[in-house]
Amino acid sequence: MAEAKHPEDEDGVKIDLISAERMDGKTTMEKIRTILDGVRDNKIVILEAGLTPDEESRLIEVTMAEISPDEFTGLEIETYPKSQADDSSLLGRLMGKEETKKLTVIGPANQIETLHKDETLISALVSRK
Amino acid sequence: MGLLTNLRSSISRAVSSMFSDEESKRIGIYGPPNAGKTTLANRIARDWTEHGDVVGPESHVPHETRRARRKENVEIERNGNTVTIDIVDTPGVTTKVDYTEFLEHDMEKDDAVRRSREATEGVAEAMHWLREDVDGVVYVLDSTEDPFTQVNTMLIGIIESQDLPVLILANKIDLEDSSVQRIRNAFPQHETTELSALEGDNMDEVYDQIAEYFG
Repeated sequence: MAEAKHPEDEDGVKIDLISAERMDGKTTMEKIRTILDGVRDNKIVILEAGLTPDEESRLIEVTMAEISPDEFTGLEIETYPKSQADDSSLLGRLMGKEETKKLTVIGPANQIETLHKDETLISALVSRK
Repeated sequence: MGLLTNLRSSISRAVSSMFSDEESKRIGIYGPPNAGKTTLANRIARDWTEHGDVVGPESHVPHETRRARRKENVEIERNGNTVTIDIVDTPGVTTKVDYTEFLEHDMEKDDAVRRSREATEGVAEAMHWLREDVDGVVYVLDSTEDPFTQVNTMLIGIIESQDLPVLILANKIDLEDSSVQRIRNAFPQHETTELSALEGDNMDEVYDQIAEYFG
């Protein structure tokens, strides 16, 4: 069996696509740790189901605590804006308030730049560090 | 007649101040860095407090406000009624702070690093206030900038999830590139009021809205 290469050995852009299922059983802090550990490891983290507003608020707080000069400057985070149609959708009503969870892209602030964003499209430029 | 009116007004003010702790609502002024939050807080304080005190220093350098500052018992009079609020001027919210950006504003590295550290603490403080300690939000946006940013989307989402009343203000309408409609399009679920906090333009409507939303 081929030995897996350590991410640091690679030259490309590393991406973690994290399923909703994988995040489902995690507490808020576990989710935040998963995201920040990935981002601080210079990965682009893509969440299938995104975060709740309260989790986003805590993510900002923890991120601020971890910023340090010349080492970590914070996050770039993008998700589709909340669409008005979602509020009244049948599925949304059945699923309760969290129906607004949407695919979310998070990366190191110095590596990812949003080029365009609207209600249905996020276009980003990802660079190597 | 004049004496009676003055007496009634004094009694009303005294009664109002006796109960001000219960009545005064804490209204957080939120928004991204450099939207004009402190300029607005100072404008409100100057217009409605006896000595016209300022809430904090204004600057074009981002993250000038790095601590939440509260101005208590600001009484705004509208149509014969008085609305008492505490204004909480908060640091601009962001997901990233890079000290090298401050170097562009003629700052030494040590000062820039210190400012960035204080800025990160301030953002965390602002988020804490939002979750725990405000009764309503005035969300200030620079109308010359694209409002479709993640920080705006997230913050409005956080405010909505807490069921806090929110008034969106499109600031800096005195500038040529201002587009209030762009903000209305970005947040159609909320009413947007335009103003220039710096020039004092349209402040009457802003005060009407504050009284209506938070009174």
